[in-house]
Amino acid sequence: MSLQRFVIKRALITIPLLLGISLLTFGMVHAIPGDPIDFITLFTELDPETEMEIRAEYGLDQPVYIQYIDWVTSAATGDFGRSIITRDPVISEIMERLPYTLVMGIMAFGVTLATAIPTGVIAAYYRNTKIDQASRVFALLGIAIPNFLLGLLLLLVFASWLDLFPILPPTSQGIVSYDMLVYTLLPAITIGTGSTALLMRLMRSSMVEELDKDYVRTARAKGLPERTVVQKHVLRNSLISVVTVAAIQVAFIISGSVVVEIVFSYPGIGRLLVNRVGNRDFPVIQAIVLLIGVAVILANFVADVLYAYLDPRIRY
Amino acid sequence: MSSETSQRTTERGRIRVSGFDVERVESRDPLSSWEPDLQSEAGRGRLEYAWQRFKRNRLALFGAATIVFMVLLAVFSRPISLPNGFPVLAGQTVQPFSLAPADPANQDVLTGYREPTLENLFSGTATGLYLFGADWAGRDILSRVMYGGRWSLSIGFIAVAMALLVGIPLGSIAGYYGGKVDEIIMRLVDLLYAFPFIVLAIAVIAVLGRGYWEMILALVVVGWLPYARIIRGEILSVKENEYVTAAKALGSRDRSIITRHILPNAMAPVIVQATLSIGTTVLVAAALGFIGLGLSPASAEWGVMLNVEQDAIARGRWWAGLFPGLAIFVFVMAINLVGDGVRDAFDPQGDQSDTDTGGLR
Repeated sequence: MSLQRFVIKRALITIPLLLGISLLTFGMVHAIPGDPIDFITLFTELDPETEMEIRAEYGLDQPVYIQYIDWVTSAATGDFGRSIITRDPVISEIMERLPYTLVMGIMAFGVTLATAIPTGVIAAYYRNTKIDQASRVFALLGIAIPNFLLGLLLLLVFASWLDLFPILPPTSQGIVSYDMLVYTLLPAITIGTGSTALLMRLMRSSMVEELDKDYVRTARAKGLPERTVVQKHVLRNSLISVVTVAAIQVAFIISGSVVVEIVFSYPGIGRLLVNRVGNRDFPVIQAIVLLIGVAVILANFVADVLYAYLDPRIRY
Repeated sequence: MSSETSQRTTERGRIRVSGFDVERVESRDPLSSWEPDLQSEAGRGRLEYAWQRFKRNRLALFGAATIVFMVLLAVFSRPISLPNGFPVLAGQTVQPFSLAPADPANQDVLTGYREPTLENLFSGTATGLYLFGADWAGRDILSRVMYGGRWSLSIGFIAVAMALLVGIPLGSIAGYYGGKVDEIIMRLVDLLYAFPFIVLAIAVIAVLGRGYWEMILALVVVGWLPYARIIRGEILSVKENEYVTAAKALGSRDRSIITRHILPNAMAPVIVQATLSIGTTVLVAAALGFIGLGLSPASAEWGVMLNVEQDAIARGRWWAGLFPGLAIFVFVMAINLVGDGVRDAFDPQGDQSDTDTGGLR
């Protein structure tokens, strides 16, 4: 199968999934007992005429399946309605905060890759030595430590004791400012620690597996320098399985950001979601949940395509 | 974990007698007479074999001891009385011990924060003893951490148990029957897997509201997915075995084939996953508490304690959040050690130095 056909086939599988998550996020609101209009009017008594007007405005006088189609078609164009709390368009609230979360996520991803791959390679190369043991202990600690505790400890040490960072993010300067980017390092490291621990061990085991293969012995036997054997042969092959897992880290980073943004009072999507769940602002909650679902599905899609590109055996 | 499963093995023996007229078959066909013996022995043998290996794993035993210790501390921190609606024993104290040095709700707002101190450790009385310090309201943090285990730990164990009760039947049905049922159940699993663990839990809480059982339900909605997937995969590989065909040919009902012949042979990876999931679940429950979507701020759940004190920690009062945070950390660590031990016990050939994600995403 050519790569092109594989991509098309794989893309076709994501379509029902995307439809499914849109149904799920839409159905979420309808699973709440009570009349949805109460969440819009916040339980104020209305005369029937105004109530009908509001129902018509939000499309609540239509049958459910029409409401769903309306919601999906306008969501596809980026229109998620207005927030119940602020009355602003949901999309503008999200777009305001999305850059922060994206920058933080990309930084976390960068931290993860930059630390996990080298340490994993070293642990595999010196397997069953003290170095490998140390990396194993670090992985155990990194997986078990709650990210919010790690974040709070980082704040305590770097912001409170050493005074290197402010306690609250310098939000007023916007995301593209030196101060804000430097501050973002803290939450990025907090999120990155957990995924580094996972990815490092994965890198190690995949590398250990490759190191035992025949072609490595051949490469060594024909006198290639050890550096070339590891970098050109083993590393490339063992990175293949790591790529897929790295894409799964997108989900890990998203869930990390929800919690860590609270720790650092970081003005991102996750904090918006948590705040609005407290206020039961369903248009915003729906939009964010849908967005996250789509992001994860797309990440998995990219991972599969990358995998198929790197390892052609997968396509069949 | 293993005691629970060995109970299941005896149960299997009991059902066998009721579903099957053993005596009649035995008198008719000598071949059948050895079958039940062999079956129950094989089932017990494998668990015992795994238990033998687990016992030799010091790290895993250490983890198990830590878990038992934390559970005991939580149970014996304060006396437990039965609720008033309870028949016969209403209002009676069933657990009279009180290991916590102070009442976790005992406030001293005027003094407020106190640094941890070893002062009064040997004075013989518990008054004025603040090993872990005191929080903003002057409450003893050690007592609150001990008492708070009741929430954090029970949520973990109950949610995983309920997730198993949902995931195993659904996964078994999907794997055994295949076809449309399989398609529907597994597509639902795929769909829910599109959301990160905590995001889906938040969405469920957004619908249900906050509270103890709401939180458990949210964790179950997310938690059953891995079991359904694992058990389905195991069943697909197990159900082609000759003994399943033989059981079918003997006229066993589908339910008894699944529960007696297939499930026992497919349980090992589920047990491993369930062990590791307890840690993840406690972690997510604490995270939900921390972001303010868990239990009420008055409860001593570990995540909630951190939530209440997060500003204090960032401003230098480290003890207020460090100890509940450490409690979560130590518990999750211990569970992971046990989970790794259980996996190695069931699968000695696997790469022992690998760490598992425990479904953490």
